[in-house]
Amino acid sequence: MHEFAPMSPTAWWIITVVKILVVFVVILITVAMLTLLERKIAAWIQDRLGPNRVGPTGLLQPIADGLKNILKEETLPEQANKVFFVLAPMISIMPAAITFAVVPFAAPLPTPWGLVDMILADLPIGILYILALTGLGVYGIVMAGWASNSKYSLLGGLRASAQMVSYEVSLGLSLIPVFILAGNVTLTQVVWDQQSGLGLWYAFPLGLSFFMFVIASFAETNRLPFDMAEAESELVTGYHTEYSSMKFSMFFIAEYSNMVTASALMATLFLGGWDIPFFTFDDMRVIAPGVVEGAQPAVWKTLLTLLSFAIKTFFFIVLFMWVRWTVPRFRYDQIMHLGWKVLLPVALGYIVVVAAAVLTLDSLGIEYGFLYGVILTIVNLIPTGIFLWIIDRDRVIAGSAAPGLEGKRRPGMPVGVTATPVRAGAAEEAAWR
Amino acid sequence: MAIGVKTMRRPTQNTSYLRATLKGMALTFRHLVNPKKVTIEYPDVKPPLSDRWRGTHRMAVHADGRPKCVACGLCPTICPANCIRLVPGEDDQGNRYPVVYEIDEFRCIFCGMCQEVCPVEAIHVGQDYENAEYTRERFVYDLDRLMAQDHPFSSLWDPADPAGQ
Repeated sequence: MHEFAPMSPTAWWIITVVKILVVFVVILITVAMLTLLERKIAAWIQDRLGPNRVGPTGLLQPIADGLKNILKEETLPEQANKVFFVLAPMISIMPAAITFAVVPFAAPLPTPWGLVDMILADLPIGILYILALTGLGVYGIVMAGWASNSKYSLLGGLRASAQMVSYEVSLGLSLIPVFILAGNVTLTQVVWDQQSGLGLWYAFPLGLSFFMFVIASFAETNRLPFDMAEAESELVTGYHTEYSSMKFSMFFIAEYSNMVTASALMATLFLGGWDIPFFTFDDMRVIAPGVVEGAQPAVWKTLLTLLSFAIKTFFFIVLFMWVRWTVPRFRYDQIMHLGWKVLLPVALGYIVVVAAAVLTLDSLGIEYGFLYGVILTIVNLIPTGIFLWIIDRDRVIAGSAAPGLEGKRRPGMPVGVTATPVRAGAAEEAAWR
Repeated sequence: MAIGVKTMRRPTQNTSYLRATLKGMALTFRHLVNPKKVTIEYPDVKPPLSDRWRGTHRMAVHADGRPKCVACGLCPTICPANCIRLVPGEDDQGNRYPVVYEIDEFRCIFCGMCQEVCPVEAIHVGQDYENAEYTRERFVYDLDRLMAQDHPFSSLWDPADPAGQ
């Protein structure tokens, strides 16, 4: 237990404002650099060079892009609903900008004025706040699609709403095992439990949750292979077809900051947040203002944990981009199938499995700690294996005919037509002809 | 008889989305960390041209600055695109020379037949392709401009035996 002198109200105000400014600016700069990184990664994967004209190796490209977007003409379609058309980008960017507030990004920092939490707002509702606000993000997209009065935008908005509603369910349900283990929804507690309570990153005992959360996050952030809302090849650019200049840019910033938040969330929930693995010098938590449990806070610890958090977040951001430039877009029915028929039942079943395992371990009297986590990890392998087995054999995602339909009429088939399996045998081949 | 609709029975390893995705990601990762850079950064680095590249024309010049052209009229005759305009002239000693010699690079199909047919190796197609202009008129090259070009000739013939004998 380490106690620090209480912070004066003036110091608290100043420090909070400085923290908000710093985090906001860092997020915006990160977003700007991510647009460059995205293009660079795309280029490298495709054996190209990527932007390299502006600044050394193209590092100033985001500034040029931003400048261009500010100077470009603002278009306002004649047929558009003016109020909602202007409102939509704002509604889209607001949740994206404020969700990061509840993510703890480093160990608490001791300063001459008192102990500073490295989190903007340690809300007691934690993840629920993030889920609520990312749910609001879809309103901007739907509103943009509707207000543009364009068929492409409308289709993009419709798809976005259907997809986000579907995957939000799986996203929320895949987090319930985390809450069961942590016993809390505040992200600081989740980090503390992974550091010290369980002593194991949740990615191991809750591997399936982790996997489903990653998939659902891809869908929630509208990234490929789930970018039905944009779908360049089908819908021009979907919901932001009619937008130009900074209004378009705001959708873009929203998408990328959603990606940053989703990556930070994955790192926090499943990879221990700012925890440094295999070391205990950083295992600490703030239990009351100025009171720290665990290790002694220090400036170098704050910096190291910040680095650890940045590396984990960066890993997921690169994963987002890597997947985007590898996997082609799903069809609409495949997305719905994956969301409702695969992720949702598996998430529900997994909650039961984890709850049962936790209950069993508790009644067996095993102390909550590392051994507990290892046993859960082993238990977790079974549902994960089953899930992977299902996914592996899931023909609907693969795009071929659903198994079990042979000989039956498929919906939409003309009368008298039956689906016949084709086997290697010559007799069948002849009969088929 | 009912019409059969072909539904293929393929083994799981051929239809599995998961395995295909992992395979694809391994492939893109190999390119990501070790890209085979094939890009030629064009304005900075120029791709090597073949010796036989047929580009913008060039008129060969005598040491005293006169064009080598003797206004024989073979090139406008052979030109399939009809893009060469030649008005011949004759000086006091009876030497023929071009009064007007214009090539419309827009009509030219860069076949190189003018260079092949020229008896005195005067007109050449050259190893050059950067001939963009702001107006259409600028694409009609007159004699002075043809003589001022300084890119290498296209070597359609054997340099050791230029007359082809």
